[in-house]
Amino acid sequence: MTQWESVIGIECHVELKTNSKMFCACPNEFGGEPNTKVCPVCLALPGALPVANKIAIEHMIRAGLAFGAEIPEFSKFDRKNYFYPDMPKDYQISQYAMPLTQGGAVRYWLADGSMKECRLTRIHLEEDTGKSLHAGTTGRIAGSSHSLIDFNRAGVPLMECVSEPELHSADEAIGYLEALKRTFVQLGISDVKMEEGSLRCDANVSIRPAASTELGTKAEIKNMNSFRSVHRAIESEIARQIEIVQSGGRVVQETRGWDEGAGRTHTMRSKEQTHDYRYFPDPDLVPVEVDRELVESIRTALPELPHERFARYRGHLKLTPAQATQLIEDAALGDYFDACVSASGHAQQSANFVLGDLARLANENRMALYDSPVRPEHVGELVRMVESKTINSKIAKDLIARMWAGDGSPAAIVEREGLAQSSDVGTIDPFIDEVLRANEKSVMDFRAGKTNVLGFLVGQVMKASAGKANPRIVQERMREKLG
Amino acid sequence: MRPVIEQSAAELARAVGAKEISARDVIEATLAQIDAVDGSVGAYITSLHEMARASALAVDRRIAAGEKMRLAGVPVAVKDNMCLAGTRTTCGSKILGDWIAPYTATAVQRIIEAGGIPVGKSNLDEFAMGSSCENSARGITRNPLALDRVPGGSSGGSAAAVASRQAVVGLGSDTGGSIREPAAFCGVTGFKPTYGRVSRYGLIAFASSLDQIGPLARTVEDAALIYEVMAGHDGMDSTSIDRDVEPAVTAMRSDLRGLRIGIVKEFDTGKLGHEIDALYKRAFADLRKLGADLVDVSLPTAEFGLATYYLIAPAECSSNLARFDGVRYGLRVDGADVGEMYERTRAAGFGPEVKRRILIGTYALSSGYYDAYYVKAQKVRTLIARDFQRAFEECDLIACPAASSPAFGFNAKSDPYSMYLMDYYTIPMSLAGLPALSVPCGSVTGEGAHEPLPMGLQLCGPLFSECALLGAAHAYEQASQHAKEYKLAI
Ligand SMILES: [Zn+2]
Repeated sequence: MTQWESVIGIECHVELKTNSKMFCACPNEFGGEPNTKVCPVCLALPGALPVANKIAIEHMIRAGLAFGAEIPEFSKFDRKNYFYPDMPKDYQISQYAMPLTQGGAVRYWLADGSMKECRLTRIHLEEDTGKSLHAGTTGRIAGSSHSLIDFNRAGVPLMECVSEPELHSADEAIGYLEALKRTFVQLGISDVKMEEGSLRCDANVSIRPAASTELGTKAEIKNMNSFRSVHRAIESEIARQIEIVQSGGRVVQETRGWDEGAGRTHTMRSKEQTHDYRYFPDPDLVPVEVDRELVESIRTALPELPHERFARYRGHLKLTPAQATQLIEDAALGDYFDACVSASGHAQQSANFVLGDLARLANENRMALYDSPVRPEHVGELVRMVESKTINSKIAKDLIARMWAGDGSPAAIVEREGLAQSSDVGTIDPFIDEVLRANEKSVMDFRAGKTNVLGFLVGQVMKASAGKANPRIVQERMREKLG
Repeated sequence: MRPVIEQSAAELARAVGAKEISARDVIEATLAQIDAVDGSVGAYITSLHEMARASALAVDRRIAAGEKMRLAGVPVAVKDNMCLAGTRTTCGSKILGDWIAPYTATAVQRIIEAGGIPVGKSNLDEFAMGSSCENSARGITRNPLALDRVPGGSSGGSAAAVASRQAVVGLGSDTGGSIREPAAFCGVTGFKPTYGRVSRYGLIAFASSLDQIGPLARTVEDAALIYEVMAGHDGMDSTSIDRDVEPAVTAMRSDLRGLRIGIVKEFDTGKLGHEIDALYKRAFADLRKLGADLVDVSLPTAEFGLATYYLIAPAECSSNLARFDGVRYGLRVDGADVGEMYERTRAAGFGPEVKRRILIGTYALSSGYYDAYYVKAQKVRTLIARDFQRAFEECDLIACPAASSPAFGFNAKSDPYSMYLMDYYTIPMSLAGLPALSVPCGSVTGEGAHEPLPMGLQLCGPLFSECALLGAAHAYEQASQHAKEYKLAI
């Protein structure tokens, strides 16, 4: 039986986070009463002209540099001409021949921690369209009596990001998308919320015999509104294509919509309309001369990127893939963790606290850990005390609760309240002697061969010492004394 | 004192500023002239009597409050492809219906802030595409010097309004000659500044890389004044140039000594017939008499200007005019679905010339033809600009005809190509983005004409040479006084 390899390319549209729209001064905000965030420019009133948003251009440079793309010295805006009711000018200002960035690749990882790379075909800057609302019973264009258009979204800066067909499973597609999302969040250039439409993606899916290098016929999958549905849609589409080919059929090139309820894709447009977009340079906009100093200052100011942090956590700090991923999910938590590590010098134990007891408390209190009273230097003290066996794990747990309550430095608490664990035989022995005296029966049982009472006796010593005795020393001394 | 409507913008603004006459009286005199003559001229698509009266009162209040304004009370004709908030703006087309502009074009706004008062929205060829105003869907404009003839175009309404004293100055837009040719036909001065000098924000685009707003006036000095008020960078137009505007009004000169004026070898006026040839030879001689050195210059690629222009301008217009789709404003003709609505709306809304250019432009941008037409045209455009650069190494200004004939009769140019040829002398400057103007240079007896018809001398300078250009034109105008020969036919 033939082994099949799936080949997937992802096309994303990402709304950039700016104060104003791409070519006018209207606010770039999600939602609002229809047609309240509009002006002559984004409504394409006669005579209105676009002026490019500099911040959006800088965001593009940020994204390009993050993906290792080249930033050419000149870039241009082109007009993509086609008629569509929610596109006010009946052309979209986009970038065709000379986008702001060229090349680059997205580095992502899978659940097992393996790092992968997917090259980018292109990233370019364009403007979003308005939204059509079809009035009538179905909410779809078919059967509607008329349509209403909300232009609030028209002209919002939009980054189109197209990958090469270099992804080979639904997991890889999600790994890629998550890396994109984390990077954009980390760069502060987009909210990347699929539910608000600030991230929209389509997947091109095809299959081919495992050994083949030729691309098979692809289907373009649309209407996926969460990463989960992207994953399901791709898996379902791969299965559908394999089934067709194995039963002797042929995959046709088409656009398919994902039906979340039915859990399968269905034909939307069987024969792709061949559009001639008649691209040409927009004469209303001057070419963008990209200032080299600006590029360098953006490059210098780039934060540690998610894939770089992942590599550091996995390599140097030896965290598990799951730990590393969790810490990268929220860059501020990662920063917090890094501060804990530099205060403690112990990565794994810091991760245990940050992702364990502290994460639980944060969750219970519905508060980010980094906004809580627990300071990273306090976590550092705690980790150091545990690592040096100054305190045992029970006391550590108590201290965490008190740190959360705002009691401050755990080292100070330990010092003040004499909570340090004792390994000093001179301190421990009197507790042991007392326990042995008070539990003669157990001592006899032990000597008679019931060695399992040792645990009970050690427990009694710990209790008598209010948890401060080092349990390992207690056990050693106890064995010696019981002969 | 000469009648109000005969006075220049500079004179009126001074008199209004000095409270010798109120803006209200100036406007009333102008509105009276409009009421008296526009029935036979047809310069305006929409007259703005009520708005103008209210604006005049506002100007008088500003004067009373001590404000100094360079255009205080000056009546202005605004070409109907420029937005003026609260007024109907048609572009001479049916497709805009009775659309009321909700905002004002930057250039118009600057005129108003300087105290200028729009008195009407003037006629034009639909979307500024044409050279006679005959392509307007909003009525006929007649040449006030010969009512059986066209006023030129596309800014024919503003030219006719200024010539017939229905405004002191007019605003036009020039894409390939649309200010200079009607100025020549109507015996007034028309000035197209360097591309990007005047903001295009609020000017309804025909061809974005060529469109430029400029003044039409009865004196060069008035043209300079209006230009100075309008020019300068505008944050709403990325193609507007961020560069100081040198004072043009004070650059007026009385002779041409020290100026080298280039006569273009390829623009042989001998081809234009004996009478026109003699007229231009005389004009060139007059330039020399004023002290200019005449030098021969060559623009070898200028002859490709027309072909180049008729690829680039339609390509841009095919995209610029896409927004007139019946969805958001203007005319809508319903259809079974949105596609049919588009088709019916645009079929009914656009006239034949606009449709022709949309088709040419769509074709020129189509895949498979883009390189052969649009890209090649852009290359030729660069060559034409280089030709001018080289010529301006040998001369300071270039002198040549503004149009190849005087005003022609209605329906005289029924095939599009002969109409396109009207802009033969003005298109190369537009492609190169250069400042150019037309100033009256006498008259000829046109074919079948009963009266002499005005002709215009075109002067053109390097980029940003507005001051030198206007200064030289002023010297020629003052010495020759050709405008005085012209007699209104109304
Ligand atoms: Zn807007």
